[in-house]
Amino acid sequence: MIPDWIVLAILTIVTASTPLVFAAIGEVVVEKAGVLNLGIEGMMVMGAISAFAVGVMTEDATLAILAGAIAGAALALIFGVLTLYLMANHVATGLALTLFGLGLSALIGHSYVGKTYPGLPRLDIPGLSDIPVIGPLLFGHDILVYLSILSVILVTWVLTKTRWGLLIRGVGENHDAAHSIGYSVNLIRLACVLFGGAMAGLGGAYLSLAHTPLWVENMTAGRGWIALALVVFGSWRPWRTFFGAYLFGGITIVQLHAQGFGVAIPSQIMSMLPYLATVIVLVFISRDSSRARLSAPACLGRNFHASG
Amino acid sequence: MKFMKKLITTSAALMAAAAMLATGPANATDPLKIGFIYVGPIGDHGWSYQHNVGRLEIEQAFGSKVKTSYVETVPEGADAQRVIRRLASSGHGLIFTTSFGYMNPTIKVAKRFPKVHFEHATGFKRSKNVATYSARFYEGRHVVGLIAGKMTKTNILGYVASFPIPEVVRGINATIIAARSVNPKIKIKVIWVSSWFDPGKEADAAKAMIDQGADIIMQHTDSPAPLQVAQKRGVWAVGQASDMAAFGPKAQLTSIIDNWGPYYVARAKAALDGNWKSGDVWGGFKSGMVQLAPYNKAIPADVVAMAEKARKSIINGSVHAFQGPIKDQSGKIVVPAGKRASDGMLLGMNFYVEGVDGSLPK
Repeated sequence: MIPDWIVLAILTIVTASTPLVFAAIGEVVVEKAGVLNLGIEGMMVMGAISAFAVGVMTEDATLAILAGAIAGAALALIFGVLTLYLMANHVATGLALTLFGLGLSALIGHSYVGKTYPGLPRLDIPGLSDIPVIGPLLFGHDILVYLSILSVILVTWVLTKTRWGLLIRGVGENHDAAHSIGYSVNLIRLACVLFGGAMAGLGGAYLSLAHTPLWVENMTAGRGWIALALVVFGSWRPWRTFFGAYLFGGITIVQLHAQGFGVAIPSQIMSMLPYLATVIVLVFISRDSSRARLSAPACLGRNFHASG
Repeated sequence: MKFMKKLITTSAALMAAAAMLATGPANATDPLKIGFIYVGPIGDHGWSYQHNVGRLEIEQAFGSKVKTSYVETVPEGADAQRVIRRLASSGHGLIFTTSFGYMNPTIKVAKRFPKVHFEHATGFKRSKNVATYSARFYEGRHVVGLIAGKMTKTNILGYVASFPIPEVVRGINATIIAARSVNPKIKIKVIWVSSWFDPGKEADAAKAMIDQGADIIMQHTDSPAPLQVAQKRGVWAVGQASDMAAFGPKAQLTSIIDNWGPYYVARAKAALDGNWKSGDVWGGFKSGMVQLAPYNKAIPADVVAMAEKARKSIINGSVHAFQGPIKDQSGKIVVPAGKRASDGMLLGMNFYVEGVDGSLPK
């Protein structure tokens, strides 16, 4: 029989990985369109404070989640205007917006420190959730977890099976060609950037509403950067990125459990494990260097200048 | 032309002289500037929050005679040195550096500013103008350990620990010694999160230990996240540094409160009166530096009575948290029967006592 703690550990892994899934999936779409958004961390933390503030004020989970997404998208709008219309450098703008987001969220959040939020309710279907093992694993999560999985399915379907997805990929691979056929490159990119920002905001909202329902400065603690790395890890493919997020979250939780069991490896090495595992898997995946180079969108990070 | 030149140079000289007089030595009517450096945000509702409470007590006690300022979330290391130096060079006469990792930066800056008084929390390096102070948190851990020993049903305690420095190890050891004295079957799990303040990681660590059967969560980290997790999962927890009951009203058995106010007010007074001297203060229950939050109403009356008896006994000296015989993990006797661990041993404690599973990271 599966010991109790394994089921509980998997539930914790889901909680730890969901913010990464949101942020990384959003960034997959953004980068597929050719934009390199380094501002994810800022968008996540703005999403976190907005969701928490609205949650505390209105006690309405739906409004809080929406607020998180809107806040992330708002910061992404600034990013979009700067990089797509004012031709600012993607990398510099993204970094600047991360710092801006961290500072602004700390400012807004000052009066919310010490407040509590009851947390998101877990799904509780009377018959299904009680099945041992499978019940809680499949039917016992909160709404944002299901939303994260839904978003991966949606993004995969849109990118591979719809015309929109084709446009997005086209704009990311060869923006001049897309422009010459008559599509507005910057408009498509802006839409993707807004989507990416909203997803990052949702990831942040998950942190402050479900993972640890409180607000402290910088509560994202670098998860935005990890999400960025996971996009590359996943070769810009949604399901691989999802797997990467769960690998990272999984090893983080497993090392904590191992410490609890008294495993004799020094805790400092244990803390390194998630990053180590991600690097090792990445090296393994990138063995074929030509294929690895083919996965990156060709116009990633390059500003588009309409010429002719 | 020559007259204009003379006028300009004379007025410049006068202005310079006026400026020098304005920033010259503080006279009796200038308020004493007192600076604070916190390792976390004052909103951590724990360690840094309590230091800030102490700062506010100074303001209340001395009103316009002092002017306090603080810098929060200063990482330990080079950044800290920069901030301390900035405070010292901007007219602050008394500076409190409130984290162990500020020790070397404080000593270094203190050498360059011999007229400024420095107070370093939880450190062990002193100099003519650097005093150290700390609280005997382990006395609080002793009482908490007794309560935990009686309240646990699974006989497993979970401890969210930050860094393996003597202060943290003391806390773990004091807890298990007390717990085992009322409940020999009890075990303790320790997870090191390598941070003083990381709510996400602290919450995950608490979850992991609860999943492994712990029903009382304790911590030596600064956020209320472990308490929140305990509240959600329906197990007990002990708050850290401040009364965290707002985050876990049902879960919090009690909280070990750092009460820095009286010490801070006394030191500010010494600085104002001009008789500040370096030294070391290590106060516990007796001096009021360590307090306990109100006990959870769900704790049975006999357990509360036992806890109160222990606390009062520590104050009158008849009980000590590290009373021999104490064995380390290998079974060697480190404190013989009838003796108590000396302050020196406590300050340098780098070993687990018998009853702790796992090995201490170096």
